[in-house]
Amino acid sequence: MENLAQLVPLVIIAPLIGMLINLFLGKYLGERGVGMVAIGAALIAFVVAVLLLVQQTATGYAPVVVEIPFFSRWIDVPAAALYIGWQFRVDTLSVTMMLVVAGVGSLIHFYATGYMHGDSMYPRFFVYLNMFLVFMMLLVTGNNFLVLFIGWEGVGFCSYILISFWWDRAQKDKQFGTVGWKNSLAGRKAFIVNRVGDFGLLIALFLTFWTFGTLDFYKPGEVPIQSVHEQTRVIEVVRTDETAPAPASPALDEPHPAAMGVFNQAEQMMAEGATVSFGSITMPIQTVLTLIALFMLLGVTGKSAQIPLFVWLPDAMAGPTPVSALIHAATMVTAGVYLIVRSQVFYHYAPFASGVVTLVGAVTALVGGFIALGQWDIKKVLAYSTVSQLGFMVAAAGIGAYTAAMFHLAAHALFKALLFLGSGVVIHAVEHGYHHVQHLKEGEHHAEHGGDAPEDEEEPFDPQDMRNMGGLKASMRRTYWFYLIGALALAGIFPLAGFWSKDEILAEGLMRGFVEGDLVGYIAFGLLFISALLTAFYMGRQVILVFHGQPRTEAARYAGERAYGMRVMVNVLAVLAVGTVVFGFINVASGFWVVDRIIRPHVFADWLQHTVVYAHPANALMGVAILAVAGAVIMILAARSIYLHRPVVEGDKDPLQVNPQTEGLFALANARMFWDEIYDKYIVVPFTRAGHWLADRLDSAFLHDFVHDVLLVKTFNGVARLLGRPVDLGIIDGAVNGLGRLAQAIAGPLGRLQTGYVRVYALSVFIGALLVIVLLLLPLLQVMGGN
Amino acid sequence: MDLMDLNEWAFIGVFLVIAALLPIVPIAMGRLLGPRKPNPVKTDTYECGIETVGDTWIQFKIQYYIFALVFLAFDVEAVFLFPWAVAYGGLGFFAFVEILIFLALLSLALIYVWRKGALKWT
Amino acid sequence: MIQMPTLESLNFGVAFPALSLVIGAVLLLVVDVFLPERRKGLVPWLALLGVLVSLAVSMINYNEVGEAFSGMFIADPFTSLVNIIVLISAALSILLAMDYLRRTEMEHRSDYYLLLLFTTSGMLFMGAANDLIVVFVALELLSIPLYVLSGFRRPNLKSEEAALKYFLLGAFASGFLVFGIAMIYGATGTTNLPGVWAGTAAIVESASPSLYLLLLGVGLIVVSLGFKVAAVPFHMWTPDVYEGAPTPVTAFMSVGTKAGSFAALLRILVVGLPTLILTGATSAAWANTLAILAALTMILGNFVALRQMNIKRMLAYSSIAHAGYILMAVAAAGDPAVGNQGVQAALIYLLTYAFTNLGAFAIVIALERNDGTGGQLDDFRGLASQRPVLALLMTFFMLSLTGIPLTAGFIGKWYVFLSAINAGLVLLAVIGAVTSVVAAFYYIRIIVRMYLQEGDANIGTSRLSYTLGAAILVAGLGTLIFGVLPFLVADLTQGVQIVRTIAQIAGGG
Repeated sequence: MENLAQLVPLVIIAPLIGMLINLFLGKYLGERGVGMVAIGAALIAFVVAVLLLVQQTATGYAPVVVEIPFFSRWIDVPAAALYIGWQFRVDTLSVTMMLVVAGVGSLIHFYATGYMHGDSMYPRFFVYLNMFLVFMMLLVTGNNFLVLFIGWEGVGFCSYILISFWWDRAQKDKQFGTVGWKNSLAGRKAFIVNRVGDFGLLIALFLTFWTFGTLDFYKPGEVPIQSVHEQTRVIEVVRTDETAPAPASPALDEPHPAAMGVFNQAEQMMAEGATVSFGSITMPIQTVLTLIALFMLLGVTGKSAQIPLFVWLPDAMAGPTPVSALIHAATMVTAGVYLIVRSQVFYHYAPFASGVVTLVGAVTALVGGFIALGQWDIKKVLAYSTVSQLGFMVAAAGIGAYTAAMFHLAAHALFKALLFLGSGVVIHAVEHGYHHVQHLKEGEHHAEHGGDAPEDEEEPFDPQDMRNMGGLKASMRRTYWFYLIGALALAGIFPLAGFWSKDEILAEGLMRGFVEGDLVGYIAFGLLFISALLTAFYMGRQVILVFHGQPRTEAARYAGERAYGMRVMVNVLAVLAVGTVVFGFINVASGFWVVDRIIRPHVFADWLQHTVVYAHPANALMGVAILAVAGAVIMILAARSIYLHRPVVEGDKDPLQVNPQTEGLFALANARMFWDEIYDKYIVVPFTRAGHWLADRLDSAFLHDFVHDVLLVKTFNGVARLLGRPVDLGIIDGAVNGLGRLAQAIAGPLGRLQTGYVRVYALSVFIGALLVIVLLLLPLLQVMGGN
Repeated sequence: MDLMDLNEWAFIGVFLVIAALLPIVPIAMGRLLGPRKPNPVKTDTYECGIETVGDTWIQFKIQYYIFALVFLAFDVEAVFLFPWAVAYGGLGFFAFVEILIFLALLSLALIYVWRKGALKWT
Repeated sequence: MIQMPTLESLNFGVAFPALSLVIGAVLLLVVDVFLPERRKGLVPWLALLGVLVSLAVSMINYNEVGEAFSGMFIADPFTSLVNIIVLISAALSILLAMDYLRRTEMEHRSDYYLLLLFTTSGMLFMGAANDLIVVFVALELLSIPLYVLSGFRRPNLKSEEAALKYFLLGAFASGFLVFGIAMIYGATGTTNLPGVWAGTAAIVESASPSLYLLLLGVGLIVVSLGFKVAAVPFHMWTPDVYEGAPTPVTAFMSVGTKAGSFAALLRILVVGLPTLILTGATSAAWANTLAILAALTMILGNFVALRQMNIKRMLAYSSIAHAGYILMAVAAAGDPAVGNQGVQAALIYLLTYAFTNLGAFAIVIALERNDGTGGQLDDFRGLASQRPVLALLMTFFMLSLTGIPLTAGFIGKWYVFLSAINAGLVLLAVIGAVTSVVAAFYYIRIIVRMYLQEGDANIGTSRLSYTLGAAILVAGLGTLIFGVLPFLVADLTQGVQIVRTIAQIAGGG
């Protein structure tokens, strides 16, 4: 059973091979072949993840560090005491992530074969998708921060290329018509915003390495310190002195401190009250941990779309819908949550940073939920909803409810993927309907005018605008039901997955305030509760606008779920819907009414606890649960009453928009609280201006025009004219090509050296000169060395 | 600090710096301070007021190079002659003979060039 | 106050051979332009006269020792012997050229001989240099006319290509020399070779950091002169230039340039830097470097020559290989105990090689057709039946180049190997011996073609011209005489004592 863990490299290798096959052979494989390769790769990864789950369970949840031969001494710089091996870590946390990534990933691969059908860049899409899996798996399986960081950057890059996948499609906008390369701009935005966050993460990593001398989470065979002890289930802020030293306890002043991973070192240093010196600054270990945690948070806000860096995520919906579902809802954006949970020891000892994390998450949850209220685009609603739910997770991690955070992460991956994929089906259907209508119209047109092509450019049709939908329930029954399940789960309706996970977060927040008297806990609970209500409302609004009522356009009337490729898409929805229904029961809170008698409570918490030592199972707060569900139901009903009969008023306005009492709020939400405008005005524009100034004045006017054109080019031209062609061909060319020729010249046999090119000859003289000088100086160095 | 305290070689450094600055400073100042409103006439190559014709990458008459070479030889002669003339007072008879040999060689070269017909511009 | 030299310190008389030649060249330059076209035939004879006068003076004043130009110029048996080698080469080359130019219809271009005189005088200055500046000026005086001469067969493309290549790379090498001189000046504060000697001794004794500078300088000078003598890996220009240049020029370059450059190398290393002996070493620091260069040169030159099918290219590589043997002698001279013996061996080798190689080239010219073809090895087939005398002489020259006893080449090799073994460079000597055997293959290949293979050796001229015949005769006689009377060379070089060790200085005063 232990050996099963050795399979873990496969989760990376399989998608890598899939990617390479599709990269080189994709052209010849055809759609089916490409799809099968990509899906196969993802499925292998998933099977391995399941096997690892079995392995963990069977071996008593002992973490395993797997080394692969060549990479185990990946970075090895003795001079800098820098030893970083490429090790895989199999523990309950990483296996959880692998399951989520590979499970949801495989389903989305299936879905994408239908969704991307007919796209001219079909193979490329699956290359990218597999590449994403490679990096995401790197991120979650690495045993040190550097591998994690590589994965982190890699998924960021994949995100960028996938968002701008349809880079050549001009986006049509109702207001502005064709507005240019919106997709590629969105990709660029995501990339740049993420750089800001990555900068923070990078600094956190530097600090970590500086402090601990290693980046490994745990060394092979090392066990998290706390887990060897009797665990107390209440968070203890100050550790007592009775903490025993780690199994392999090295002295801290040892020159090779890498005998322990960073987390156990942090534990030990906290226990000893150690201080850390950075040059002339000396600070207690707790301060250092707080700094690391805060910088790490900056990275989290970028990757997991938290305030203030969340602005890229809604724009990222420009990518194909499977991408939105996989990367921008289920997996990549949760990397930040994974990072916090992985670094729980740091956050545990940095209460201030944890508080900041909590507030950031809770505020993000609220802001995201609020903005989602005022969106018309079906995917934008889901995007802001994702922002909001990520806020839930981050806030949960902040208050120390790591189980709840991970639980919500996994549950959210399921139902948000379901929703996104469902929205994809809807968009597809509406688009098909639109084309159908166009076709009909054209036919009439032809009949009337005898072959004249319709030149009248009508208003661009947006298949993602919910105002163009309505009444789809009739023509898309299956989709409707699956979507409804996802929406109810998101709204937190018992007994769907979202209920269990969200409820646990709310309860934890309240417990935090109530039991520990921590104000942050109360604030978090308050904000998150309001967010949960908003969630129920906007999901109710969305379902009603999309599926209920009467079709508001011809396109919606002709939408259907039977077009080619849609079958597989809807089947995927079914799988996800089943998952959404059952998943919540893996972590039933103890003391939950009758359910905990029927089903073993907090299975997931127990499982996670073997790795995440500060995670703890939750106790149910029945009051909160009832309150939350009741609130959600009321909000859904409210949405129903507002939207069912009057979905859209005055052509394109929301009922809330025309109501004087809610008009302002809706406008604020619709305008996304002006985040982008604020960024534009205070960051982007000044930055661009500074860039322009530098480019015009410094680079163009001074460096280019003056230094380059006047000083360099003219001088060079003068000299060149003097030297003329022969020298130009010979010496200058020779100097430039010299190095290239060097290899060639050395490789060839002696006779081939005699190429007839002066440059080669000159190079030979030059090499000879080096040889002579080295020969002359060599004995001298030996003599000096001897002395 | 007294300038004489400097290393004797420092003067060469100072000289190099000044030599570099002399062309750079006026051009840079003109570039940085002056307004730039280029138009086709302004950006045209300036060639003593004559309107330029054609490309500058043309084949020059080979005689041009011979003239240039001869000119160069006598240019260098001037470079030698000037310091010689300045320091003549302290040099004495030997230097006089030396420069005569030098001039004689150059004259022979001139004769050679002349006889070879290189001075004829055909 | 500037210290001007007095006329007495110039001591023109000592420098007569070189000086007379350069003055003669300048005068001939003027004479040449005033001569009418039909009288141009006079110029080569005048040039030959100048060379012979200079040669005579060198021989007469063979053992005279003195300094000229305030110690920048030195005359001693070493100088005289170098002069003799160079001047004999020049004289033979003039004879070759008279025939060659007539046949290639370039007779009226008498500036060929002027350039030849200039480059010869540059070589003479090289051998007589007692100052690094003189070495540089002499090197340029040697090189620049050679650049022109290489391209003398214009508008023949190969010739022009050769000239351009030689010029570019030669300029490159000259740069190294100047840089090296600057380094040595920086380390020792002088360019005068005895001054460098003293400075080096002081630096080595005090182990001052200037040692690095000094070694760097030595390295750069070795590179530059190594280029001129075509030592590997600075040899790449040689085959192309030798093939492209007019054959008499090639003949002269392969001998004269080598002699002049080796003379300068010996002067600098043996006169200026013999005391550059690092702690714990028994020979000068440059000796090992030169030994390695010598090994590379011998190996590459001989092995690549095996593959050549063009006689001029073959001789070019053979010339590279011979440079390796001479380098061996120079390396041997780095051992203070061997010192002068190495120098003598190098000069003997140069002398014997001059006769042999010029002879071989003379025959190549004799067989070359007017359009420049006829230089393939296969063109020698069946030569023995058509031109038995030429074939016999060619055989003789080839045997001498191989180093068979009773030829001059054997004597040269003998002395070189002896000095190498005395200096403890046994491995190098073994490499030399082995590569000599390799060399035998390609030299004997020609003999085989001439005698054992059927063919109608395509020969351009029906009759040998007198001048060419004279040249071949002189070369053959030289090769024979030095081969059978080896004591002559021993006598000649006996007086060459230019190495000064610390012990000698201390003992002498």
